[in-house]
Amino acid sequence: MFRAAVRLSVSGVRSLTRAQPGCQGVLATRGYSHGKQETDEEFDARWVTYFNKPDIDEWELRKGMNTLVGYDLVPEPKILEAALRACRRLNDLASAIRILEVVKDKAGPHKDIYPYVIQELKPVLEELGVSTPEELGIDKV
Amino acid sequence: MPTRGTRAEGPPTQHKAAELNMAGAVGKRNEVSDTVDMSKPLYTDSVDVPLPDIPYKEVLTDADKSLKQKEKGPWNQLSKEEKLALYRLKFLKTYPEMNQTTPEWKTVIGAAFFFLGFTGLIIWWQKVYVFPERPRTFEGDWQEKQLKRMLDMRINPIEGLSSKWDYEKGQWK
Repeated sequence: MFRAAVRLSVSGVRSLTRAQPGCQGVLATRGYSHGKQETDEEFDARWVTYFNKPDIDEWELRKGMNTLVGYDLVPEPKILEAALRACRRLNDLASAIRILEVVKDKAGPHKDIYPYVIQELKPVLEELGVSTPEELGIDKV
Repeated sequence: MPTRGTRAEGPPTQHKAAELNMAGAVGKRNEVSDTVDMSKPLYTDSVDVPLPDIPYKEVLTDADKSLKQKEKGPWNQLSKEEKLALYRLKFLKTYPEMNQTTPEWKTVIGAAFFFLGFTGLIIWWQKVYVFPERPRTFEGDWQEKQLKRMLDMRINPIEGLSSKWDYEKGQWK
């Protein structure tokens, strides 16, 4: 799964600098000492479902995003797509742009993640009419 | 914290104030600084919290309101300026603005050096007006005689001072 490139954990630093998805799976976020580990696919599916809730409200959108960015990973494009569509249902363009900003911030020093995500999200961005921060000129101070 | 008199509990409610005939106690009190009502959700710009609890601008002008109406339609129909305006209604700082560095560190370092320098001046003054005379036991020939006496006494002969002195040759090892 294409996850955040650097996981500063005991398992070491695994750098994903390719722009392709479908790389070897990275271990799940949760460090349980027992019980089944959630796979990356399960994690992604859970979050996509969360944002796909048809009558999601503003609080749930905020809570979802603020929680998601607390994890040590960059969310998959499919999760972000669901979040952007949730913004559309809530008529909230500003939050949609903010979500793109935070993706770039989460990628940190891995400068190739954000362009990849934008590239993957391009159809959705065009469909919904969401401008990227770069297009609006707010990617610089 | 602004002074608010000696009330132990919180400010009186409208009702109670009317009861107590304390009309001036409600609303504008004698506050010396701007206060924030911490019981309400606050707006914050933080990289960890992309979507704050409240939008930055909650009081909208008519122009803002009509823009918000337009936001309900297709976003493709919004111009760049309108999209930017919508962003700035909801958020104060963009991520790059949040992450901006400031030159504050120069002020901090400068102030630290300044006060170190000032301390130096104080100590200089003390040297002139406060400190007693330097004891003569610090002088060169006294120190030499002291060292010779210590070596003669065989101070720390096993691993310390005298063990480093070669008594045959009369020099340090």
